[in-house]
Amino acid sequence: MSTETISAPAECPECFAKVQLKDVMQNEIVQCAECGVDLEVVSLVPVVLEQAPEVEEDWGE
Amino acid sequence: MKVGVLYSRIRAEEKLLLEALSARGLDVELLDDRTLVFEISGGEAYGARFRELDVVVERCINHSRALYSLRILNDRGIPTVNTAAVADTCGNKLQTTSALAAAGVASPRTLVAFTPESALEAIEALGYPVVLKPSVGSWGRLLARVNDRDAAEAVLEHKEVLGSYHHSIFYIQEYVKKPERDIRAFVIGDQTIAAIYRHSEHWITNTARGGQASVCPVTPELHELCVRAAKAVGGGIVAIDLVEDPDRGLLVVEVNYTMEFRNSIAPTGVDIPARMVDFIVRVAKEGWEAANGWGG
Repeated sequence: MSTETISAPAECPECFAKVQLKDVMQNEIVQCAECGVDLEVVSLVPVVLEQAPEVEEDWGE
Repeated sequence: MKVGVLYSRIRAEEKLLLEALSARGLDVELLDDRTLVFEISGGEAYGARFRELDVVVERCINHSRALYSLRILNDRGIPTVNTAAVADTCGNKLQTTSALAAAGVASPRTLVAFTPESALEAIEALGYPVVLKPSVGSWGRLLARVNDRDAAEAVLEHKEVLGSYHHSIFYIQEYVKKPERDIRAFVIGDQTIAAIYRHSEHWITNTARGGQASVCPVTPELHELCVRAAKAVGGGIVAIDLVEDPDRGLLVVEVNYTMEFRNSIAPTGVDIPARMVDFIVRVAKEGWEAANGWGG
């Protein structure tokens, strides 16, 4: 996987609002401005957003 | 130099770190922990991509994935930041507190028990209020301030019945009456590079829970305590959480080994990712001991 970035419009899979992506990488976490959900950029070409995973018990710093 | 970055998701911290690595002209290999396969027997399958790396930076969200990946890499002689030993100690509050105490680092009084009955005895021995914390976990999740015996009995029963086995290891800490803030200090090797106050009217002050950050001066006392705490857990790049006790002064509460720093760059004015890269390069070139400023 590369550190390539793109800027492109995408759609929130949760509320279907338009999300304008700016200089995002694959696997980057972005937030939908409309519904506030955390989204993961799972693909750059084509650009695809999925809801980010829920917090698991051993998550942290 | 080729730097592997082991991650779960690209959050603000990972992006800042990747930009800092790139700005230094380093070759970066991204290692998504959801896609990795390690052979841990003697075979060579899956090993080539890791052997090409001069150092691996761990930025996983899952403690278990971080710990096991670091252990596998370290066992194969691949330098990592941080090491598996640091992750093992810091990823578990019980082990962290024990290591801090062994090194003579001041921390709140803490008792451990393994059954609800002995935990209740420990709580009453400490005196109310106490704080119950899961030994593994972060971001202030599932912390309970217990103010009286009724609450203690209820929380202990809930933890035993509803929690995973981690919740039957009862980590019980005195409640320190801190001044609506705590301190997070960032240590890299033998330097305390920056610190912030985390303000909150709530007793949980994590910025992940809405605590507000402002700059905290790195006094000689704070620097010395934090460097000793970092060394006690094995060194590296760590974020140390401290509270100010009105009588005893600074107490170290926990040490984080995959530190979050996005809210701390602006208030402190310190380029934290650039300082992390300095250390990462030093580990690759000179080894863990030298990068930490230990010995020779």
